[in-house]
Amino acid sequence: MASTVPEIFRSMEYGPAPESDKAALAWIDAHKSTFGHHIGGAWTKPKATFDVINPATAKVIAKVSQGSTADVDAAVKAARAALPAWRASSGHDRARQLYALARAVQRHARLFAVLETIDNGKSIRETRDIDIPLVARHFYHHAGWAQLFETEFAGHQGAGVVGQIIPWNFPLLMLAWKVAPALAAGCTVVLKPAEYTPLTALAFAEIAREAGLPAGVLNIVTGDGATGAALVDHPDVDKLAFTGSTDVGRIIRKHTAGSGKKLSLELGGKSPFVVFDDADLDSVVEGVVDAIWFNQGQVCCAGSRLLVKEGIYDRLTEKLRTRMEKLRIGSPLDKAVDMGAIVAPVQLERIASLVEQGKQEGCECWQPSWAVPKEGSFYPPTLFTNVAPSATLAQVEIFGPVLVSMTFRTPEEAVALANNTPFGLAASVWSDNLNLALDVAPKIKAGVVWINCTNLFDAAAGFGGYRESGYGREGGREGMWEYVKPIAPSKAPKAVKPAKPVAKQRATVPASEPASVGIDRTPKLFIGGKQARPDSGYSIRVEGPSGAHLGDVGDGNRKDIRNAVEAARGALGGWSRASGHNRGQILYYVAENLSARAAEFAARLRNMTGVDGAAEVDATIRRLFTYAAWADKWDGQVHQTPIRGVTLAMHEPVGVIGIAAPAAAPLLGFVSLVAPAIACGNTVVATPSEPYPLAVTDFYQVLETSDVPAGVVNIVTGHADELAKVLADHDDVDAIWHFNGRDGAKACELASCGNMKQTWCDWSPRDWMDAAQGEGRAFLRHATQVKNIWIPYGE
Amino acid sequence: MTITRANLHLAGADAVTPAHVRHEPPGEHVERNPGQPLDLDLVLAQHVNKSATERRAATIPTRRTVKKQWQAAWLLRAITLIDLTTLSGDDTPGNVRRLCAKAMHPLRPDLEALLGVESLHVTTGAVCVYHALVPTAVEALRGSGIPVAAVSTGFPAGLSPFSTRLAEVRESVAAGAREIDIVITRGHVLTGDWHALYEEVRAFREACGDAHMKAILATGELATLTNVARASMVAMMAGADFIKTSTGKEGVNATLPVSLVMTRMIRAYFERTGYAVGYKPAGGIRSAKNALEYLYLIKEELGDRWLRADLFRFGASGLLTDIERQLEHFATGRYAAAHRQPMV
Repeated sequence: MASTVPEIFRSMEYGPAPESDKAALAWIDAHKSTFGHHIGGAWTKPKATFDVINPATAKVIAKVSQGSTADVDAAVKAARAALPAWRASSGHDRARQLYALARAVQRHARLFAVLETIDNGKSIRETRDIDIPLVARHFYHHAGWAQLFETEFAGHQGAGVVGQIIPWNFPLLMLAWKVAPALAAGCTVVLKPAEYTPLTALAFAEIAREAGLPAGVLNIVTGDGATGAALVDHPDVDKLAFTGSTDVGRIIRKHTAGSGKKLSLELGGKSPFVVFDDADLDSVVEGVVDAIWFNQGQVCCAGSRLLVKEGIYDRLTEKLRTRMEKLRIGSPLDKAVDMGAIVAPVQLERIASLVEQGKQEGCECWQPSWAVPKEGSFYPPTLFTNVAPSATLAQVEIFGPVLVSMTFRTPEEAVALANNTPFGLAASVWSDNLNLALDVAPKIKAGVVWINCTNLFDAAAGFGGYRESGYGREGGREGMWEYVKPIAPSKAPKAVKPAKPVAKQRATVPASEPASVGIDRTPKLFIGGKQARPDSGYSIRVEGPSGAHLGDVGDGNRKDIRNAVEAARGALGGWSRASGHNRGQILYYVAENLSARAAEFAARLRNMTGVDGAAEVDATIRRLFTYAAWADKWDGQVHQTPIRGVTLAMHEPVGVIGIAAPAAAPLLGFVSLVAPAIACGNTVVATPSEPYPLAVTDFYQVLETSDVPAGVVNIVTGHADELAKVLADHDDVDAIWHFNGRDGAKACELASCGNMKQTWCDWSPRDWMDAAQGEGRAFLRHATQVKNIWIPYGE
Repeated sequence: MTITRANLHLAGADAVTPAHVRHEPPGEHVERNPGQPLDLDLVLAQHVNKSATERRAATIPTRRTVKKQWQAAWLLRAITLIDLTTLSGDDTPGNVRRLCAKAMHPLRPDLEALLGVESLHVTTGAVCVYHALVPTAVEALRGSGIPVAAVSTGFPAGLSPFSTRLAEVRESVAAGAREIDIVITRGHVLTGDWHALYEEVRAFREACGDAHMKAILATGELATLTNVARASMVAMMAGADFIKTSTGKEGVNATLPVSLVMTRMIRAYFERTGYAVGYKPAGGIRSAKNALEYLYLIKEELGDRWLRADLFRFGASGLLTDIERQLEHFATGRYAAAHRQPMV
């Protein structure tokens, strides 16, 4: 290497440009290089410590404590103790605290940046220019939500004690994403940083105390998965927020099933990066650099699947190879490197072995000619061409600097390939044709779509996934909802009549009295717009309060659910594209036709429940009007992100929703769930309550006469818990709403792990006649998911 | 001379050119770009996404830096790339001679000694003046090997009669200018008259003869980056040896995003034809730090070969003084004052 001025003058090489780690090491030294947990505003005595390693040098830089169940318990207790005062404090007081935290982050910006770099291995450029500024931005933004809390989240309060588990790829940024909204909402926090990267969280806790954050409001417990499990299982945690792998997310879902804990999960991804042939290819190349070689590709939303229009594939991959030769990898403290170290040797090994597997499967691997540093965990940028969608590399999340590429022929095929994954976190679409880009973006199943850009983040825009990439959003108004809960209604819900036990036997039991003299009406299942006989060929006897035989409903089974889900899936495309006006008109029409038969429905309800149904029918008609009204008003937003462009937060339907309707208010409860779902463009498979199904089977005739397209609402009667379980298990159901008892709800949450479908369960009775409890925005929020589409512009 | 439509390469007129053949960067000698027929397909295929280009441009200064002796060496290299320029209505033989003296000896001898770079014989890349001052500059620089560049063709607006613009080029060449910085008619770009632009630049190139031609696009007046890209491509097809951003008289002069677009066009042209065209950002580059940012951009986008004076120039006047101050700081460890550097 040239080193004298004349030599360098001739070679024009880059030289070393190290950022000093002195101040960060001094901070570690000041703590004798050994840390306890930060609980109740103080450090605990270090215990059962493990090493924190700088992945770029493989050297131990500190020791931190392995959090035990007792440590977690102490932290939860501290958070619980701090909760009443914090939750009761005014939004303005919390805003002052968050503002102080934002300022403190900025005051100590370089300490955090360097600490993050030596702990995680990512380049100082990224920690200095991206991570830490975004951390400050998150606290500023959420200081604003705290200030506005009482007005913007009226009727709500902080969810309570929150357990947060964050990953190692953006240690402090993920802390900010989790802690800022929690504190703004009035929650207190127990946070477990990743075992590889605990240092910035500990520094943050210390600095937050100095900034005046009350003791116990933010507690940090370090440790590995066992510590995380203790936090997940802790009975006194009201909400859990997790960012990490889909596998661990699945475990957390299982562990919390039936607990009533609020849960948000931000999981893995295999995000498509779609390039059309009218894109600015030189800019695309830089987009790819930002997509997959940012943070060494250890980014949940990394654009790791490059989908390219067939005609430009060779040209683009050639340009990429040229660009890759120019990437610089090395000491992450060097201010002139593009890529730093992989977080840990085990991750490095995983990447290397996946790459090996890719080669063995026949994918073509290309890496730059230069070598990576021998010491420390480094992996070169890697491009795979000739990758089939079936290849392992095209399917699994690698979490490393490895890009796989394939071609498409048409926009339709691009969308199909983009969606050919269990994940749905993010996507990037490159085209200079606005018509094309804005057509494709909504069709990709992802929580974030970047048009002609990638990996842009801001506190004002929600981030989070579809499908197995998890649920819940972080950032923006949509993120705040994850940390609030409604203040319990002062009016106690009316006691719900306990559900009658249903006759165990499936065959019809002969009635003690002769059947009615009228013409027989046999309720059937309602699937794909047709009345269908149950696959089983059996029926279930329905009795009135005095045991009178009211009729028999079909004993639906898993095949009926399968058929119903198929019908719902088939109807989804057309229904979700229908205009809000159109959906609203149909809901009004349903109300109109129900109104015409109001007396008949009221009588039916009285026959089943013994209570006059007129009021319930009237409330049902009102409810239908409510969602007919909302159908064209549940608008998205344009977020104020710091780009020249717009960030559209679009409300998209969740998809196919399975609904287990409550026994309370047999007709109103059913309609209160189905109406918001379909108003927002979802299609549903609903099961009425077991004891009172007949009002719902009558209701399908109303649907039939009201222009509801076939397959939009499907009704399967039968043993409700069994049917709900089949729905929860079904991989083609996107969400399940369980309002029919705790046991069934727990089973649904457990079963939802299969495809990580969203669940919404009612853990306490609700007065459906009360509009404050039975309708409104909460229902609409559950019926939609927010997709943030970033559209920079400028010519 | 004029170009007839018959020898233009019209859109779709013949088979696809063998695009993107891999070419090695030029060696010591850069073969002059002879130009090529106007390929409208290629011109119109260029479109630039502004936001994405700006994002990339914004990270070039944050992804790269040079420190200590690397910085000193890079700044010395930057000096050799400067077209030391004066383009004022009040230029006289006196201040032009002073400029030339500075071009030949940009660094104080004591500073050169401190840096240990006497053997490099650092001079600026050229001296750039109006036509009237060309004889003075040629005389002052005689024997130094430093070329004189003349701005020409109705600089800065380029709206004088075509015949006088051509004559101006010929006269400057006759007066001894070895480089001619021509300006294009911005209206041709803004109206999309690529044929007219091509013919104009082609004619200037003919008039230049052996003198090298830098085509000033006046990017600050071209409205869009896509226009910048297309004008760059046309200028190179018409035989430009260099493409240059600005006259220094537009409201906005050289910027990193514009430079990114123009260097990418140079790369595309090189990949297609094998001819290396030079790049000259001009106007507004006053600090050493800013100059280094341009060098990072060139190194990243075009490669090291483009970091030499036959393929890269800064059009600047004040830049040199700031570089001197930074070099003095490197050599002495003390911050330097402008008044202690010999005046331009």
